[in-house]
Amino acid sequence: MSALLVGPRVQPSVSARATRRTSWLATFLLLLGAIYCLVPVLWVVMAATKSRSELFSTFTFLPGSGLWANVSELSAYRDGVYWLWMLNSGLYAGVGALLSAAVSAVSGYALAKYSFPGRGAIFTVILAGVLMPPITLAVPQYLLLAKVDLAGSYWSVLLPSVLSPYGIYLARVYAAAAVPDEVLEAARVDGARDLRLFLSIALPMMRPGLVTIFLFQFVAIWNNFLLPYVMLADDTTFPVTVGLYSLLQQGASKPALYTLVITGALLSIIPLIALFLGLQRYWRVDLLSGAVKS
Amino acid sequence: MASTRTGRRLAPYGFLAPAIILFGLFFALPIGYALHLSLHSVQVKGLGIGRNAREEVWVGLDNFTTALTDPELLAGAGRVLRYGAMLVPTMLGLALLFALLLDLPRTRFRAFSRLAIFLPYAVPGIVASLLWGFLYLPSVSPGYFLLRAVGFSGPDLLQGDWLFLALTNIAVWGGTGFNMIVIYTSLRAVPPELYESARLDGCSETQIALRIKIPLIMPSLVLTFFFSTIATLQVFAEPMTLRPLTNSLSWTWSPYMKVYRDAFVQGGLHSAAATAVVIAVVTLVLSFGFLKVVNRRTAERTP
Repeated sequence: MSALLVGPRVQPSVSARATRRTSWLATFLLLLGAIYCLVPVLWVVMAATKSRSELFSTFTFLPGSGLWANVSELSAYRDGVYWLWMLNSGLYAGVGALLSAAVSAVSGYALAKYSFPGRGAIFTVILAGVLMPPITLAVPQYLLLAKVDLAGSYWSVLLPSVLSPYGIYLARVYAAAAVPDEVLEAARVDGARDLRLFLSIALPMMRPGLVTIFLFQFVAIWNNFLLPYVMLADDTTFPVTVGLYSLLQQGASKPALYTLVITGALLSIIPLIALFLGLQRYWRVDLLSGAVKS
Repeated sequence: MASTRTGRRLAPYGFLAPAIILFGLFFALPIGYALHLSLHSVQVKGLGIGRNAREEVWVGLDNFTTALTDPELLAGAGRVLRYGAMLVPTMLGLALLFALLLDLPRTRFRAFSRLAIFLPYAVPGIVASLLWGFLYLPSVSPGYFLLRAVGFSGPDLLQGDWLFLALTNIAVWGGTGFNMIVIYTSLRAVPPELYESARLDGCSETQIALRIKIPLIMPSLVLTFFFSTIATLQVFAEPMTLRPLTNSLSWTWSPYMKVYRDAFVQGGLHSAAATAVVIAVVTLVLSFGFLKVVNRRTAERTP
């Protein structure tokens, strides 16, 4: 595979000119990767425009004539339960990620800017939570929440999503880098208390990092299937992932439901793609790689 | 002044209180409860009627013996290992290749390709499996449409060994972009001076990639390998989504699916808890073992 990487061999004397020349092989391979990643998305865009009969009869990558009919049929399905799923997903991911960013912010700040007995132990134990398999947590979480009558409620999906070991880790790295000790010390000399110090000085400085944590957690909750699938039984509380799954389960035997599933799949990925294209500058993966090196 | 100092000493614990409480309620307590369940079992007394007919009794390691000798669990673990052995090298190989290509100075359409390859990260595993699931179905797939047009039928991708390929492809599609960005970001952090002179000396880009770039980004390669392997062991959403489309995916295809079935379909909470604890222990042992090996090798290289 690596042989494919070889560009034209460059003599030292012509290197300046050569660097301006395009490497078509590299460009071609990357475009191939891009096409591979876009094919299923393009397919669902096309398939969602097809009416039921067109879906099985026409070539897949040609648009059909039934998009509007499909969307209104999906909206009519069980009194619009699909849109309720979308709203639920927005609620779980939005509120969950907001709370998660808040908890990560205070925890990361405390771990980065204070030294106190137990700091290392607390950090290690929380971080080890990343390694706990979700299923090992989800089953007992369900049983315990059932004991306090919360299983199946919105809380049963929201509350377990709030603590993000990864978010706390990122917030700690970000607070250590973005909040200078001198500024905190100066404010402290001026008589500011700890909570005030955090709220009015550290928090604004940490904002870009917190947006990143919010976005990663938003995607993690929006895309999650296992936890809501374990917790929820009533389909009016489903997020869109579990909702589409239940639709597919009924639709597998009835190809008539295929168009609904396909249209639902298309509509369900639009919000995240919009969020992702709109807030590109906040998708700071470098926080992660930067942290790896330290 | 003394009271402010006490306040300062207690402040970090106050800041950490929400995280500690949440950790206690949603991590520590459930883990403890899973351990408790795994060491107990339900015994039915008399006719099994009435309030006290069902009693939880201590059974020691019985549930673990049952779990570890269950051929279905072992077969599931084997299937997941086989799936992981196909998935992780393919996905990380592609992610590394794309990241290195993006880092070349003479590549075109970089922003477009980077965005397109990262795009599947925004698609939930359920939806990704759904899209690919339809693309695997002969009745709607464009691939089969083209094959039929030239007179072939094509294999059934949802049967037998093809199923592994079908599942691997879904995960490669979903995961390559994210890993590519992680690797690419650490490539961007390498100071160009380190390979500028090699380039002037006539080294090819391949040599620069193999001898200079890859060794320098080893930490992020190790990290992506580690997290990808862990994520592989947890495969659940993809086989669950393909299940309605084929009859060759059993309820116990992966260990996760088996835990779910045992707990919620068959009502065997205690044995499900034991299996879940086994999964956790295996994950932790693998993780710490892996980290230990990595640390030892890093320590050897930097005396």
